[in-house]
Amino acid sequence: MDIHEYQAKALLSDFGMPVARGGIAYSPEQAAYRAKELGGDKWVVKAQVHSGARGKAGGIKVCASEDEVMDAANELLGRRLVTNQTGPQGKLVGRLYIEEATQIDREIYLAFVLDRSSERIMCVASASGGMDIEEIAESSPDSIVRVPIEPAVGMQDFQAREIAFALGMEAGQLAEAVKALKACYRAFRDLDATMVEVNPLVVTKDGRIIALDAKMGFDDNALFRRPQISELRDKSQEDPREMNAADRGLSYVGLDGNIGCIINGAGLAMATMDMIKHVGGEPANFLDIGGGASPDRVAKAFNLVLSDQGVYAILVNIFAGINRCDWVAEGVIQAMQKLEVQVPVVVRLSGTNVELGRQILADSDIDLITADTLAEAAEKAVAAAKSYEATLAG
Amino acid sequence: MSIFLDQTTRVIVQGYTGRIGTFHAKEMIDYGTNVVGGVTPGKGGERHLDRPVFNTVKDAVRDTGAEASVVFVPPPFAADAIMEAADAGIRFCVCVTDGIPAQDMMRVKRYMRRYRKEERMTLTGPNCAGTISPGKAMMGIMPGHIYMQGNVGLIGRSGTLGYEAASQMKAMGIGISTSVGIGGDPINGSAFRDHLERFEQDAETRLVVMIGEIGGPQEAEAAVYARDHMQKPVLAYIAGLTAPRGRTMGHAGAIVTSAGESAAEKVEILRAAGIGIIVRPSEFGNAVAEALARLEA
Repeated sequence: MDIHEYQAKALLSDFGMPVARGGIAYSPEQAAYRAKELGGDKWVVKAQVHSGARGKAGGIKVCASEDEVMDAANELLGRRLVTNQTGPQGKLVGRLYIEEATQIDREIYLAFVLDRSSERIMCVASASGGMDIEEIAESSPDSIVRVPIEPAVGMQDFQAREIAFALGMEAGQLAEAVKALKACYRAFRDLDATMVEVNPLVVTKDGRIIALDAKMGFDDNALFRRPQISELRDKSQEDPREMNAADRGLSYVGLDGNIGCIINGAGLAMATMDMIKHVGGEPANFLDIGGGASPDRVAKAFNLVLSDQGVYAILVNIFAGINRCDWVAEGVIQAMQKLEVQVPVVVRLSGTNVELGRQILADSDIDLITADTLAEAAEKAVAAAKSYEATLAG
Repeated sequence: MSIFLDQTTRVIVQGYTGRIGTFHAKEMIDYGTNVVGGVTPGKGGERHLDRPVFNTVKDAVRDTGAEASVVFVPPPFAADAIMEAADAGIRFCVCVTDGIPAQDMMRVKRYMRRYRKEERMTLTGPNCAGTISPGKAMMGIMPGHIYMQGNVGLIGRSGTLGYEAASQMKAMGIGISTSVGIGGDPINGSAFRDHLERFEQDAETRLVVMIGEIGGPQEAEAAVYARDHMQKPVLAYIAGLTAPRGRTMGHAGAIVTSAGESAAEKVEILRAAGIGIIVRPSEFGNAVAEALARLEA
């Protein structure tokens, strides 16, 4: 789960990370009021969307008067911000963060990630901040420091000092830098984060250290014990179909192709999509309905896949283990009867009682295409999508 | 031989009396697994499925000589259950539970390093279908009848894709020595590499098939190991050619976040290490048959 910059800053600040003063606004009037409240003569109006690279996309505006703040807010609120991470549909700007402007001396990259190789929380930092980590890895790989943290004892002061010195901190900034680093680590550990990224962490002209931007992601599997994090969820930032699926216990990822996929198991789902690609098609989605494949789940899956207007054929590939193929076949038929599916549907069953399952599909008067093997199923789905597209055009 | 598990291995079930634990314990017993009892804290002294229930894993090990454990404990308590097994002297543990927090697994892995290598438990999973030595015994949730006994070692992250591979092989008359599910989480108990090592030493296994997917460094680590230390042929399939970067594809661990984690990159790394690539997921049976035929020649 992702959260907004202002939420991440509030959390990190609670752990001792210095941040600039700011406030949230849902309307241009509130934005202007926030600026007045903060005082000073320069503010930054920042679109709050779950994406990086907001600056390049025009989502961050520096303003020198309350009127300018109002204008910037007018321009940003309600707009869909398209960044290089959001896809062409962009993300809705529903909130703004109004922050006092910071006099920047230099920018640093700082992140904590869950490193799968060392199986530890890892600090990744670079004195070359202000760009994303891939760009840093490209342009100045030697500037990147990586420090794994021992989970039994947590981050030690000496580790934070080593990182601070590697980032070029001066003696007078050391205590503050150590505090900032440990704040990020403790927030990561205590809140079950999967990522904390402060990019940039800045050294101000007057020598202070401040998190200028902040991004946090959280472990969905740990949300049961982090209700305070679940509360920060902003559904307007999520794909409605993916959200709909997640709320029904299904795992869905929308893609650009035209063959809808309904599959049980994540690995088999990815493999089936690969197979579609190998025979010249493009999958419209990833959808794992879970091991069980109950009639109820199959029906929900059909609903979900059909909500994508770009789907010209559906491929159902179920490996029935404990749940027998005959039971799955009946579920598929029930779902298709209820939903009056217009697009062609290819069904491939395998596993326990496969002959019985195939017989049930063959005997039903529902219009569906059956396949015995994975390759045959993918080929038939691709062909069916093509002919359906042709009938639409004709 | 087979690895980890055969009909003599004494197995306990943690989360034994729960609905899911009961269902799968029954399936395991029916398959021929030597289930000697189970653990449910607070129900010690009762009998369930005609076998004793214990309060702690230590009690179960003391009274039954259990060597292996299957964990069906819900996610908030699963890490604790795994550590209990490790501490009680269990040698092989299968954790089926899906949804354990990543930092819990980080602590489990750290905890397991407290034990000397000779005494350290091997953990497979979490979020896996389990391990089966066909015709002998199984620990997990897989449908046993789709596997045929034979000489191919199978290691995979995914449940149903592993079933697909096993049934393609069975359809061609090819059997499996042991199939090990390592699970789809970002932090696994054990990796492809660990099991390659065991299959290399197993007299019954003639070749090994790895079924990997996007995300994480494990397939690349296995590639290096196979290149440097294995005589037996290794074949691999990597799922997720069409997966977009930065998106979680069902399994918590199936996400491309850094270089080398995409399916295309992993295929290149494996190929460069001399591992036979199964390009299409419809070709598990054919590819293994051809590789076995080459061994005969």
